[in-house]
Amino acid sequence: MANKVSLTVNGRSVQREVEPRTLLATFLREHLGMTGTHIGCDTSQCGCCTVLVDGDAVKSCTMFAFQANGTSITTIEGLASDGRMHPVQAAFQEHHGLQCGFCTSGMVMSIVELVEKYDGLDEASVRELLDGNICRCTGYHNIVKATLAAADVYRSGSAAATHTDTLLRS
Amino acid sequence: MGTMTSKRESGTVPNGIGRSVKRTEDARFLLGKGRYTDDLRIPGQAYIYVVRSPHAHANITSLDASEAKSASGVVDVLIGSDYLDDGLGTLPCIWQVRNKNGSVMAEPARYPVAVDRVRYVGDAVAVVIAETLDQAKDAADLIVVEYEPLAAVVAGPDAIMPQAPIVHNDAPGNLCFDWEIGNRAATEDAFSRAHHITRLDVINSRIVPNPMEPRSVVAIYDDIADEYTLHTSTQNPHLVRSLLCKSVLRIPEHKVRVVSADVGGGFGVKCHLYPEEVLLTWAARRCGRPVRWTADRSETFLSDAHARDHVTHGELALDSDGTFLGLRVSTVANLGAYLSTWSASIPTYASAPNLAGQYTTPAIYAEVKGVFTNTVPVDAYRGAGRPEANYIVERLIDAAAREMGLDRVEIRRRNLVPSAAMPYATPLGPVYDSGDFRKCLDMAAGNADYEGLAERKQDALRRGKLLGLGVSCYIEACGVSPSRANGISGGRIGGFEMAEIRFNPDGSATVFSGTHSHGQGHETVFAQIVTDKLGVPFESVMLVQGDTARIAFGHGTVGSRSAAVGGSAIVVAGERIVAKGKRIAAHIMEVDVEDVHFEDGEFRSRGTNKVMTIAEIAHAAYLPINYPLDQMDPGLDEICFYDPTNFTFPNGTQICELEIDPQTGHVELKRFVVADDFGRILNPMIVHGQVHGGIAQGVGQALLETVVYDADSGQLLTGSFMDYAMPRSCDLPSFEVSYHEDSPCTHNPLGVKGCGEAGTIGAATAVMNAVLDAMSSVGVDHMDMPASPSRVWRALRAATSKLPRPTASASATAGNGNQVGNAHGE
Ligand code: FES
Ligand code: FES
Repeated sequence: MANKVSLTVNGRSVQREVEPRTLLATFLREHLGMTGTHIGCDTSQCGCCTVLVDGDAVKSCTMFAFQANGTSITTIEGLASDGRMHPVQAAFQEHHGLQCGFCTSGMVMSIVELVEKYDGLDEASVRELLDGNICRCTGYHNIVKATLAAADVYRSGSAAATHTDTLLRS
Repeated sequence: MGTMTSKRESGTVPNGIGRSVKRTEDARFLLGKGRYTDDLRIPGQAYIYVVRSPHAHANITSLDASEAKSASGVVDVLIGSDYLDDGLGTLPCIWQVRNKNGSVMAEPARYPVAVDRVRYVGDAVAVVIAETLDQAKDAADLIVVEYEPLAAVVAGPDAIMPQAPIVHNDAPGNLCFDWEIGNRAATEDAFSRAHHITRLDVINSRIVPNPMEPRSVVAIYDDIADEYTLHTSTQNPHLVRSLLCKSVLRIPEHKVRVVSADVGGGFGVKCHLYPEEVLLTWAARRCGRPVRWTADRSETFLSDAHARDHVTHGELALDSDGTFLGLRVSTVANLGAYLSTWSASIPTYASAPNLAGQYTTPAIYAEVKGVFTNTVPVDAYRGAGRPEANYIVERLIDAAAREMGLDRVEIRRRNLVPSAAMPYATPLGPVYDSGDFRKCLDMAAGNADYEGLAERKQDALRRGKLLGLGVSCYIEACGVSPSRANGISGGRIGGFEMAEIRFNPDGSATVFSGTHSHGQGHETVFAQIVTDKLGVPFESVMLVQGDTARIAFGHGTVGSRSAAVGGSAIVVAGERIVAKGKRIAAHIMEVDVEDVHFEDGEFRSRGTNKVMTIAEIAHAAYLPINYPLDQMDPGLDEICFYDPTNFTFPNGTQICELEIDPQTGHVELKRFVVADDFGRILNPMIVHGQVHGGIAQGVGQALLETVVYDADSGQLLTGSFMDYAMPRSCDLPSFEVSYHEDSPCTHNPLGVKGCGEAGTIGAATAVMNAVLDAMSSVGVDHMDMPASPSRVWRALRAATSKLPRPTASASATAGNGNQVGNAHGE
């Protein structure tokens, strides 16, 4: 039995039929072919699949696709705009916040929520708030550094000005 | 190096060697455009689900797949008898270890799908192929397998007890090998002269590597050409191809292309030939359809090779002033149910030869029994054998220092191999080419403020905490490997690396490398080498990796080898480019070749003002009109197969400081300080990142991660991220990383030693030595990993002196206990 879902993904409206058991993560990857969102576990522990659902960071493996009906979703593919990386993406490159890149999409989406919603982030709070995302490569050191740098950009309100030099290469 | 004379200092070329160049590979990952195997979509693809054994040990008495075969969407179901009928082979181990008596190890057959008996929970029993993954999973439920359960054994030492259940009939006593190394008589003699002998039993716990990308395989068979393409998340595509063709499919290697595009972390666990790679290749041919499979995380726990799992007894003999006289180590290594690709080499040649550590211990003897159990096969994981060697040596030293009342840093200093003694031949074979161990130890001890430790311990006591500091001096044989060394020790694989530098007519360069980056940043670092050595702009260099159809050969990325061996191959290929370029330049400039000089991307002739850029030479080589065609071929494309003459020996000191809350058993890392010698550093930013990640994995083993099997049923109790604790951001501090470049590797052209595994090799030891330093102050002096809160709390119940409680004045100011030691970050 299929459900009809209709939602916005990265500004594009999409309509599909899905089985009730289809997870949002599977929907994005298999039905929409948006493979930037990754699946790293089957117990909702790793955060690789994190996307923004109406602005909130959500592990897309914890939601059925039909539950996303009517929402607006942002995935890693939709973060850069006007040929420029989002400040969190730019900070990851600047501070070597990624190695293999597999946790990165979910990590970046979680951090986008952090820097947008929290004031006064410091190392300790970032480490607490990021504990839903596992990275096996970086030991988190540079992820924390990148997060604090991106938060600074937000705080100073000069996101666009500071990162105009980070042109997309693809 | 001969032809590439350059007077400039290292680190002065923009985007060259020694610079923290930002990574080329980042953009695609940050934009969600990585190309991982599971991201592939092949027209006509079918999905595979692997049915796995729920029993640790059982005979399969019957298997009925008829209902599953006719279920909706099912293409086929394949089982062990089909595999036998097709006459296919078994998965090999690429190291053959010999027993003490000279006979060879037991090598029981490993089929990719169980034939009549299952030997661990997770052993594959059937392969379901269907139009969708859900249909494959649904059909799997319709397969009826009847098992006759057998008694199981899961712990290494239990497996060699007289009454233990037998895992393989052709491995009596569950013994794979009983191996030894070193001079037993000289070691006995050293012990007979000892003033003091320290004895220690340790367990190096079993862990799961868990890269974040689960393993994934896509197989395609072209029946017209009779060719296979296998996309797989491997660190080692040529190895997969060789083993698959030779041992399993028994077809020529040119019929199989193995592609490994972006891989989401490896850490050693993706450098093997896995049953699923065999099963999918086979299934693709049987069904005439492209097939795909990606592990669920629970499947990762049941089907990725596990790691470590050593039970070790060690003894250190010392004279009265703490000088090491002899070392004896005896280990039972749990190999799991079958030999995996490298597994026999890990507890033996990858581990024991490192037992000399950084010290002058003159007599060493080690013996290792490799045993089969009803558990997931055990194989390489970051460090692979070297963390195990480091753990027993450095724990013994701390125990000896405690017993003899000596300072831990001082006893180490006293026994270090002095830099003046380099090159230094250790008693077990390795010859250290270079290193200044004292320098790293002093740097780390200084940065960690070892002098101020007593005061910090007092301060912690006032806050009701037990503070501990742990030291670990590590050294590792890396840059694997001289092919001859492999051969002597039973290796069935070479150790060289291949690089090809192909200039294109426009002067840009494509580099082909047999190494494989799955996070290490080769696209960036290898381009830095080419920019530095050949003067090609960084943006004009592209790396090709991970494709047996495009790359002549390779041994992938394992054993911290990519820079030391793969990078050296690039340098030598570059020298060949320059040598040829000089001859082309001499012809065009009408001068003697001896008068042509190459620097910073330009060929100049001495005594004239003639100059040609390397791009102009490339152009001339592909448009050979004014060209010495009677002397050489056109084109500018050089290849090198570089076989190293020795291992490299990265080394350093790691110091961990932590606090234990005796009320809860919680261990909080306060600082983690390391000082490393990796030889020359190619990209400091990337090297730091490698060290950070390595430390985190060592800390994970020490404090959080552990595999638990039920001893009776053989069930894996830690089979998901719910019950297997991975290190998270809140478990770790920032790391304080430093290095020196004063003792570069002497036998490779880059002077590099490798940095990929170092963090992991020393970290678990440093943490456990710190835990024991904290607990020994209240009379608890033994603990095995992981030092999780419940285990620490329980261990502290045996304390012989009173546990601290916060004093009233201290508890009022103890509110910031969660702060991590960021102030000293690099
Ligand atoms: S895949 Fe969603 S949390 Fe792991
Ligand atoms: S970068 Fe590899 S898991 Fe985070």
